[in-house]
Amino acid sequence: MLPEIFLSLSIFSILMLGVFIKRSFNLIFNLTSLIIILTISIILTNPNNEEKIFLDSFIRDAFSNYFKILILLSSLFVLNSSKNFIIDNKLDKFEYPVIILLSILGMFFMVSSNDLILFYLGLELQSLSLYILASIDRDNLRSTESGVKYFVLSALSSGLLLYGCSLLYGFTGSTNFELISSQLYKENTGAVFAMVFILVGLAFKISAVPFHMWTPDVYEGAPTSITSYFAVVPKVAGLALLIKFMFVPFSNILLEWQTIIIFISIASMILGAVAAMIQKNFKRLLAYSSIGHIGYALAGVATGVISGYQSAIIYISIYVIMNIGAFSCLYLLKKDGQYKENISDLSGISKKHPVLAISLLIILFSLAGVPPLGGFFAKFYVFVAVLEMEMYALAIVGLLTTVMSAFYYLKIIKTIYFDDSIITFEPTKNRTAQVSIFTSCTILATFFLYPSVFNNLVTKLFVG
Amino acid sequence: MNFPILSTLIFLPLISSFFILLSRDKSSNISAIYISLFSSIATFLLSLFLWFSLDLNTSEFQFVEEKSWINNFIKFKLGVDGISILFIVLTTFITPICIISCVNSVKVRVKEFLIAILILETFMIGVFCSLDLVIFYLFFEAGLIPMFLIIGVWGGPKRVYSAFKFFLFTLLGSVLMLVAIIVIYWLTGTTDITQIYEIKIPNEYQNILWLAFLSSFAVKMPMWPVHTWLPDAHVEAPTAGSVILAAILLKMAGYGFLRFSIPMFPVASEYFTPLIYILSIIAIIYTSLVALMQEDMKKLIAYSSVAHMGYVTLGIFTLTKQGIEGSIYQMISHGLISAALFLCVGVVYDRLHSRMISAYGGLVNYVPKYSFLFLIFALAALGLPGTSGFLGEFLVLTGTFQKSYLAAMLATFGVVLGAAYMLWLTKRVIFGTTNNSEIKNLKDINKSEIIMLVTLAFFVLFFGFYPLPLMETFSVSVNSLINNYEAALISN
Repeated sequence: MLPEIFLSLSIFSILMLGVFIKRSFNLIFNLTSLIIILTISIILTNPNNEEKIFLDSFIRDAFSNYFKILILLSSLFVLNSSKNFIIDNKLDKFEYPVIILLSILGMFFMVSSNDLILFYLGLELQSLSLYILASIDRDNLRSTESGVKYFVLSALSSGLLLYGCSLLYGFTGSTNFELISSQLYKENTGAVFAMVFILVGLAFKISAVPFHMWTPDVYEGAPTSITSYFAVVPKVAGLALLIKFMFVPFSNILLEWQTIIIFISIASMILGAVAAMIQKNFKRLLAYSSIGHIGYALAGVATGVISGYQSAIIYISIYVIMNIGAFSCLYLLKKDGQYKENISDLSGISKKHPVLAISLLIILFSLAGVPPLGGFFAKFYVFVAVLEMEMYALAIVGLLTTVMSAFYYLKIIKTIYFDDSIITFEPTKNRTAQVSIFTSCTILATFFLYPSVFNNLVTKLFVG
Repeated sequence: MNFPILSTLIFLPLISSFFILLSRDKSSNISAIYISLFSSIATFLLSLFLWFSLDLNTSEFQFVEEKSWINNFIKFKLGVDGISILFIVLTTFITPICIISCVNSVKVRVKEFLIAILILETFMIGVFCSLDLVIFYLFFEAGLIPMFLIIGVWGGPKRVYSAFKFFLFTLLGSVLMLVAIIVIYWLTGTTDITQIYEIKIPNEYQNILWLAFLSSFAVKMPMWPVHTWLPDAHVEAPTAGSVILAAILLKMAGYGFLRFSIPMFPVASEYFTPLIYILSIIAIIYTSLVALMQEDMKKLIAYSSVAHMGYVTLGIFTLTKQGIEGSIYQMISHGLISAALFLCVGVVYDRLHSRMISAYGGLVNYVPKYSFLFLIFALAALGLPGTSGFLGEFLVLTGTFQKSYLAAMLATFGVVLGAAYMLWLTKRVIFGTTNNSEIKNLKDINKSEIIMLVTLAFFVLFFGFYPLPLMETFSVSVNSLINNYEAALISN
């Protein structure tokens, strides 16, 4: 519980600080980074042994700690690489980092919850923060539109989720995950019904097909710094919850749960591959590509075995690294004070900006899953798990969509390398974004030297 | 031996490509060229050393390196035997020639081009060294990235289309191989090739797995009807790209058949032999006829490559000693001859910027040295006795006659067609007269071109007259391949 207490207290203090000090964005921003780093160190110094508190509603174990660190690290990179962007677009209000921290707190409760009520509270804390973030550029029509769109649809899905939770409580008589698990049987039709509602709510949060409709619009409309946060951090928390639900409360009705996830996974992979082909906006393309990537991660979840969950966790970890790199590249595409986000703006940058071009090359080939880059290993582990369970259809669809999605990544690479240059971007002094890109590319390009780095971490997550 | 000689061989080009990245000459790229040339020649000498120190009396894998890679799952395992060493030497031999050729033909972004070639060399050597299915797949697929860029960045006018076609065709073929590799892992519990050889894969799985591997190799080979990416890729690729593509990348598939399909799935290999015969015969005859009608020199040579690869698949799946030895010989000699022919086209393309046959004629009157070398390679490509091209085809046909008269007869007919298109090409380009005034001012080949072409011509003739060094290298390995295959069929 210590990281959560520390995080909430610091959120209140920097909120106060922001209220009383004028023009405090820089201070608050730096404090936020410090808080994130301190929280990481608190989690790392605490022992990993399992612990349940507050009437078993809150659980601390290796699983939740892994996800918390992943959430914190990715937030740290996303936040810091977008700092220049935030200032340039006059989003430098002190609330910005505070709300990000609040959403992180919400996700902490989500991944640590062992109880429906705590889970829902965490989810809502996260969602409310995200609604504000989506419309934080309040004078911009597109940003407000995306905020409202996200709010309406997300509120609907939260409602469905809450309805599912109440049904589950009605049919099992408990809100505790372990008690639910012991009360839940296939014959309990009402509980299966509740399960579908909860799954719909979760699928919405991770933008899996057919609950993905909000993703492209919100990604495109929201400021890039927010989009990169949306694309990375909430997905990690959502996937953690999905795995947790399969592992604990719904472990007895795994088969019903699995059938739906297989469908969602296949639909996401296909839609992500097909719809991205015609996109002209880089953010919109990344939205569809993230839908596809969630499909692959869900393929690992759909196996319903621990090795599958592990592969999904590895997948989402590598996905986070790739997306941080991809979005950080967008922060360098600045021309006359405007940030460019169309794919055609990238044409021919290999001549003028060779380092940026080679970074994008590595990230895009990695997103496409071409060996020997990191993205290949992510897909490889998932398919190993999927084929272990002899789910051949899922594997074949997954691999065919890999080829289809390679097409649109290649299209961007073609724009970068084969086309003639049109725009020369300003030489950037955005050190933090460059550090993010460099980190991401180095990990992806050298992943093959020691590919079991994530395996070693995730094998410890499912003991007991 | 404790020194990791194979890892050194694989990663030497990769490491030297980093040095090129650091080299700082703005205008001339001299140091980049020297670094890459030096490192590729060092790699070649190292591979020669490997060849000479290889024990040829055993079919065991030698210089084996094993390192834990993914915990409890995959080992990074390398090793060579009599078959793979030849492909490694071919790779390391062709790469310096490509680097020399790019001095004349590549004008923009020379540094990046050299880096791409060296990275590609790393992946190609890796393919021929790996003794683990996943490592093999890794190297096999990774080669797509540099090749995609070589075609796309330095290619001709339709380069985008060709690069995409090349990448997507190959990727589509090989993802099915990835499925098969993972299925094999779950069936046998390992991806180590030497261990899988010992374990018999159940018959009901063999056919489907064999087809999954075929989907990858057939595209890469390329076999009819999935060969259509090759002419496009060749035509648009820069000279060095065409050379690597024809000389080495195509050989990966033939090597794959020998290393994976036959030893791992002997029952399926026998079952599908008629299919391979049919596809190979169609490839030989159909693409030879198509080659006759080409007006673009590179396209003609590309189609002739498909036809020559038809002999390779035919020979491998005769599963006789002569057939397989002929196939390997054909692959090596085709590696030399096609590389030389693409270089020849590159030489005149650099001067006149046309690949159309109709733009040329009567070259023998103006550029005699070039014409002489072109003639040697054209005759080698059609399989004239005394050149390395003859031996491969002859052995393949000898092997085929033991199994099927019909297939052998049709394949022999392909030899006639091969002679037809190569001779007609020579007649139109080298002999005859021309109205093109530019040809009269054509300069004959310069020193670096002479070095490349004469070296290749020397080996084409040397291995045509004296095949023993190659034959000795692979004969023990081929024998054990066939013995294991027959033992597996008998025990079935």
